[in-house]
Amino acid sequence: MTKRKNKMSIKTITSRQVVVQTAANVHEQHDHHHEESFLTKYIFSTDHKMIGKQFLITGMIWAIIGGLFSVLFRLQLGYPDMSFPFLEDLFGKWAAGGRITNEFYYALVTMHGTILVFFVLTAGLSGTFANILIPLQIGARDMASGFLNMLSYWFFFLASVVMFASLFLQTGPASGGWTVYPPLSALGQANEGSKLGMDFWLISMAFFIVSSLLGGLNYISTILNLRTKGMSMTKMPLTMWAIFFTAVLGVLSFPVLLSGAVLLLFDRNLGTSFYLSEIVVKGEILPNEGGSAILFQHLFWFLGHPEVYIILLPAMGMVSEILSVNSRKPIFGYLAMVGSLFAICILAFLVWAHHMFVTGLNPFLGAFFVLLTLLIAVPSAIKVFNWITTIWRGNIRFTPGMLFAIGFVSLFISGGLTGIFLGNSTLDIHLHDTYFVVAHFHIVMGVASFFGMFAGVYHWFPKMYGRYLNTTMANIHFWVTFVGAYLIFWPMHYQGLAGLPRRYTDFSNWQSFNQFSEMNRFISTVAMVVFAVQLLFVFNFFYSIFKGRKVKSQNPWGANTLEWTTPINPGHGNWPGDIPEVHRWAYDYGKDGRDFIPQTEPVGANESAH
Amino acid sequence: MSGYFILAILTLAFVVTFQIAKASEYVSVLKGEEKSFRQNNRVNAFLFILFLVLGLIGAWWCNEMYFKKTLMAQPAASDHGEKVDFMLWITFAVTGLVFLITQILLFWFAFKYQFTEKRKAFYFPHNNRLELIWTVVPAMFLTVLVGLGMFYWFKITGDAPKDSQLVEITGKQFNWLVRYPGKDNVFGRKNYRLTDASNGNALGVDWEDGASHDDIEATEVHLVVGKPVQLLIGAQDVIHDVGLVHFRMKMDAVPGIPTTMWFTPKYTTAQMKEITGNKDFVYEISCDQLCGSGHYSMRGVIIVETQEEFDTWMASKKPQYVTVSEAMAPIIADKAASSKPIAQSNY
Repeated sequence: MTKRKNKMSIKTITSRQVVVQTAANVHEQHDHHHEESFLTKYIFSTDHKMIGKQFLITGMIWAIIGGLFSVLFRLQLGYPDMSFPFLEDLFGKWAAGGRITNEFYYALVTMHGTILVFFVLTAGLSGTFANILIPLQIGARDMASGFLNMLSYWFFFLASVVMFASLFLQTGPASGGWTVYPPLSALGQANEGSKLGMDFWLISMAFFIVSSLLGGLNYISTILNLRTKGMSMTKMPLTMWAIFFTAVLGVLSFPVLLSGAVLLLFDRNLGTSFYLSEIVVKGEILPNEGGSAILFQHLFWFLGHPEVYIILLPAMGMVSEILSVNSRKPIFGYLAMVGSLFAICILAFLVWAHHMFVTGLNPFLGAFFVLLTLLIAVPSAIKVFNWITTIWRGNIRFTPGMLFAIGFVSLFISGGLTGIFLGNSTLDIHLHDTYFVVAHFHIVMGVASFFGMFAGVYHWFPKMYGRYLNTTMANIHFWVTFVGAYLIFWPMHYQGLAGLPRRYTDFSNWQSFNQFSEMNRFISTVAMVVFAVQLLFVFNFFYSIFKGRKVKSQNPWGANTLEWTTPINPGHGNWPGDIPEVHRWAYDYGKDGRDFIPQTEPVGANESAH
Repeated sequence: MSGYFILAILTLAFVVTFQIAKASEYVSVLKGEEKSFRQNNRVNAFLFILFLVLGLIGAWWCNEMYFKKTLMAQPAASDHGEKVDFMLWITFAVTGLVFLITQILLFWFAFKYQFTEKRKAFYFPHNNRLELIWTVVPAMFLTVLVGLGMFYWFKITGDAPKDSQLVEITGKQFNWLVRYPGKDNVFGRKNYRLTDASNGNALGVDWEDGASHDDIEATEVHLVVGKPVQLLIGAQDVIHDVGLVHFRMKMDAVPGIPTTMWFTPKYTTAQMKEITGNKDFVYEISCDQLCGSGHYSMRGVIIVETQEEFDTWMASKKPQYVTVSEAMAPIIADKAASSKPIAQSNY
């Protein structure tokens, strides 16, 4: 069975340069194809490693833009009475008099969410690590289809261009929140951002979904079909399992968002009434009747909730791997880890309406969603306890990747526990759409996933570029970000418990909500510091690509997985000779008194079984 | 000018950090990688335990500072709100315990099991009993939370008592419109196509329906303390949300789909002023669903008062039908020949 798979894996390489019939040929071929042009090597590359880097760098650019937006609106929240003339210089009428206008504020908030959720933490995170790691960790020369993989990036690029262009429209980009609920997003009369900006948003998302589907199908087929000899599913590293489930989630849920977006485009431009009914907007009586605004929310959250796990699962996978490698211990409860990923993946499809407890949803239906939502806490708890047990009695090396992995676990606990509040509909009545929610999802899916991503970048940077990132800058980056994340989001829970609604530009007119101006100033200041430190990371990244300390050993972390059996700077095709055969799982650290045993080493006759 | 100054300082800080980082890399090469690795490891391990200690102190301090500013520090103003608060406390107890245990273990282990030559990592790939424990125990706690949550959820979302006062509240960009059913306790029919704010029919009431003739329209909500109230919620343009933080209640207002919620106010506005010690206290309605550029200013006011005060207020109000008829009277007279009812002439 495995033998057959291996044969297939070799045959399926369709990339232009590496047309290979037998494994032996590969070596020869490789020495011959150095005539790659700049265009085929760096731009229209079909090499999974290059495509991964393209996703990463595009994601980083978006992260800077999205992060900058948050700094701008935190400026308004922290200093509502101050005027910043430089804002007017930069943004003109959007910041007339040096103050961020309401329209601008909502545009910033909306774009911050859209960019971070989709362009950074979906494309930038799974796009990067699925591409770089899948073939390297399962032992394949490239993705099942290098060409589709390239298209996946270029559709993402196209989506990026359209979204970026929308920032420069006369009426501004979409500004109805990243969830773009109609009728607000459907009616240009109701909101400046619902004019042309919204069409751009929807078209951009359509391209984005195409990109995500092309990528996802490729990831799934590669993992299922191109594993090297001996690499049974249960011998795969947890990163692979996590990325596999992520891809399945994406492939099954993104099309639903696409349908929701297309119907919204129809309502906006073709006069249909999918989401519109009995509307009087600014005195104008609209003819639409019979639609349901709530329908969109169902369609949106049917993706929107799995999306949270699309963001989180790859981070979980990488963290599992990095914790194990740097504790020099096997991941605790490998099968339970896979099982809990699977459970989360299934449950992710069955909980979407917990975002809609106060929409007038049938309370009976709500009860099921509470039950299923809180069920997710069980696999999540298993994961947390297994991670903690993994570092227990380990011999921990605090590499930058490890720092971020530990930070991830801490944040996942903090943010996960507040999910138990929000998933319980009784409490959600009170906490819904307050800062409690903002704190919850930023910690558990925003910052935690970012930590997973940083952990991954620091850990696999040597594989990507053959150099290390600077450790001192990495330490500063970690500690400031980690402390800063808690300083920003911990106090927000208190704002939430005071009932502060999210998406308010100004609280000064409210008796109930005006007691936090000092805290808001504090949060905004910390946010700026944390943002500045991310720039330090970006600098470290680009500097180290060219000038970082060189990697001298093939396996710098002493890891078991296959990517560290490739040359320090692997070419297209990854292994110059045969693809190595796999004999054991990826987590034999500290077994039988040995520091680590690579997956490629056959199981010895007198070796203890686990 | 100060902008450039800040920019200059930032750039300088960057350059300094970078130089230090670079220098420490050279030093580590000189010192030997092994040695600098150990030093780096010790520092980070120590920082983790420091983070835990300072973090816990910080959390306590944050609580001292801000707990009194939250709603947890004052009683809920409705019967449902009390249930919500009780649930909140239970959930805090459970999650707080888990939070402390897991965070302390995580950082303590990180510190305790930092790298040393002397220790060999313990090969411990799995243990069925342990895994069973932390599957079953969380599941049990969650069962309790779900059970309790559902018990209250069905109470809160269940049918309103028969004697509830009915109030209709309608959201539009960016304010709230309030309507009372009047003496007959029946709201007049509405048709959104009849909406005509300039002629006194902001809600689109069908004046042909006799039940509408005693309906009272208002800009603020008046409620009677201790008497259940059922809100009938609607929206005209986009989705809004009736957020009542002091009552711990919330419900979306959706165009085309009426929603409802009910509760019993426990304290009058005057009583709440005493309880909170805030002489400006007022029950506010906040819009909790992004509804456009004025979302943050979509404020409504609820006044909870005694039955007598409420009756006095109600007596002072004139039904909207009467107001509109009076305003329309001259027009009607002009069109005496036409026997069309007022609603039609509005239309």
